[in-house]
Amino acid sequence: MLEIKNAYKTFNPGTVNEKTALNGLSLTINDGEFITVIGGNGAGKSTLLNAVAGVWLVDEGSITIDGTDVTRLPEHKRAKYIGRVFQDPMMGTAATMQIEENLALAMRRGKRRTLRAGITAAEREQYKDMLKILELGLEDRLTAKVGLLSGGQRQALTLLMATLQKPKLLLLDEHTAALDPKTAAKVLDATEKIVQKDHLTTLMITHNMRDAISHGGRLIMMYEGRVAVDISGEEKLRLTVEDLLQMFEKASGQMIASDRMLLG
Amino acid sequence: MTSFLNALPGAISQGLIWGIMAIGVYITYKLLDIADLTVDGSFCTGGAVCVMLIAAGWNVWPAMLVALIAGMLAGMVTGLLHTSCGIPAILAGILTQLGLWSVNLAIMGMKANQSLNVNKFDLLVSLRYLQEVGKGVRPFWQHPIFLVGLFTIAIVAILYWFFGTELGSSLRSTGANPNMSRAQGINTNFAKVLGLVISNGMVALSGALLSQYQSFADINMGRGAIVIGLAAVIIGEVVFGKLFRNFGLKLLAVSIGSIIYYVVIQAVISLSGINSNYLKLLSAVIVAIFLAVPYWKSRHFTKPMKRGGTTHA
Repeated sequence: MLEIKNAYKTFNPGTVNEKTALNGLSLTINDGEFITVIGGNGAGKSTLLNAVAGVWLVDEGSITIDGTDVTRLPEHKRAKYIGRVFQDPMMGTAATMQIEENLALAMRRGKRRTLRAGITAAEREQYKDMLKILELGLEDRLTAKVGLLSGGQRQALTLLMATLQKPKLLLLDEHTAALDPKTAAKVLDATEKIVQKDHLTTLMITHNMRDAISHGGRLIMMYEGRVAVDISGEEKLRLTVEDLLQMFEKASGQMIASDRMLLG
Repeated sequence: MTSFLNALPGAISQGLIWGIMAIGVYITYKLLDIADLTVDGSFCTGGAVCVMLIAAGWNVWPAMLVALIAGMLAGMVTGLLHTSCGIPAILAGILTQLGLWSVNLAIMGMKANQSLNVNKFDLLVSLRYLQEVGKGVRPFWQHPIFLVGLFTIAIVAILYWFFGTELGSSLRSTGANPNMSRAQGINTNFAKVLGLVISNGMVALSGALLSQYQSFADINMGRGAIVIGLAAVIIGEVVFGKLFRNFGLKLLAVSIGSIIYYVVIQAVISLSGINSNYLKLLSAVIVAIFLAVPYWKSRHFTKPMKRGGTTHA
């Protein structure tokens, strides 16, 4: 479904802030796989997702989604294949627009936007049904401005928007990191539900090792812009936090530095 | 006081005409979050094109259509400078505005102003008609307030429809959240250019109406237009913000904001006898205060608000 070959990305080249975020990264994801991505700060997790989404173009290498080479394609054109949920709850929705308007925008992802009505009555009914799945009471607030919603509600809504048009690839960039534990669990539940229902090929970054272990069928650990550990199948099922910590130390040759990776 | 009352219909007419420009400013400033300084130039472009074509014997309507298109082209230049050339929006607008100064002079045959003989041509609106309707020489529907009012309602209706379409929604979302818009497959660069095109089209149309109303086009007629536009947008918001939730009504509020602006200016001139030279300073101060008040309020008078958990990323 997704094939990244030998991707390189360096930010601020030639300055003191030079940072090689992707360092010859290669990764192949099969259709229907749910992959969790972990790694320390600056390992290149978000860079990987942004490279796939086309926020900027990679310096070298190629990215192919479902047989289509998207390496040079701008972000809005890749959106046809990709659903995204960001870490920041403010980023995935338009605060000054209504819930139903946000959904209607997402419904037209990958389609030509014409002079037809931006939202139809039939759609509204459909949205009501879909919002019920989230169990947040949003189905009764279709015309409320999204800015009035809580962070958790906004993330859940963004998740729905990302999957309204079934994407070939779902990219979740620590989408529960900014939420309180209870809300985070709820959003994660909704994620699991939606991914299962539509058999979505998913890449989920998380800082939480337990989440990384308990979700998905494959786990990759990134280190210095490359995939350092790649576990799937039986091995993934037996995986513990201790195993992961050991693997991290082996991969990086150092003790784990980030408290946030240990906790949670 | 009588001089103020006598001047009132003229002030309302002018307010309505400038209101169409202000609606253009609303599109860029409020919907796209761009302060577009092109308008100072494209307003004159609309007036100059309209006057020259009517003087050349064109009918009013096609002349105004060409003025509209000329303004749209100006908006497109700014849009492309901003999106394709990566120039910050405000600077892109200033560049277009500067260039338009020469273009506008060229349109007017290298003269700083061009006048229209009201007796020779059939115009849509004119200060003369306003007086003649009052004397009963002309039917009431030729009164500028009636005609421009109708014109405004038509424009609001069209814009209301457009911003409800798929394309119009993508334009609004680009202004609201460009990251989300791109993630949803919206070409935000195209949306910005389109918004600037529509906005400057409205501005040029307004300039075309004003040049007919005052029966001349002048190279300086658009100077400070952006400030008048912002004033109208802000006044409309302050007065009707709580009342008007519907998008169409919000556009109408901008037009009414413009009328209020011109009536207040007229009142200041008539009642205080202030030298009209100071009007631009007065406008600038008023707009600065209205822009500053919400900021001061948010800094000093609101309690910190918690929304959506902590963000210790």
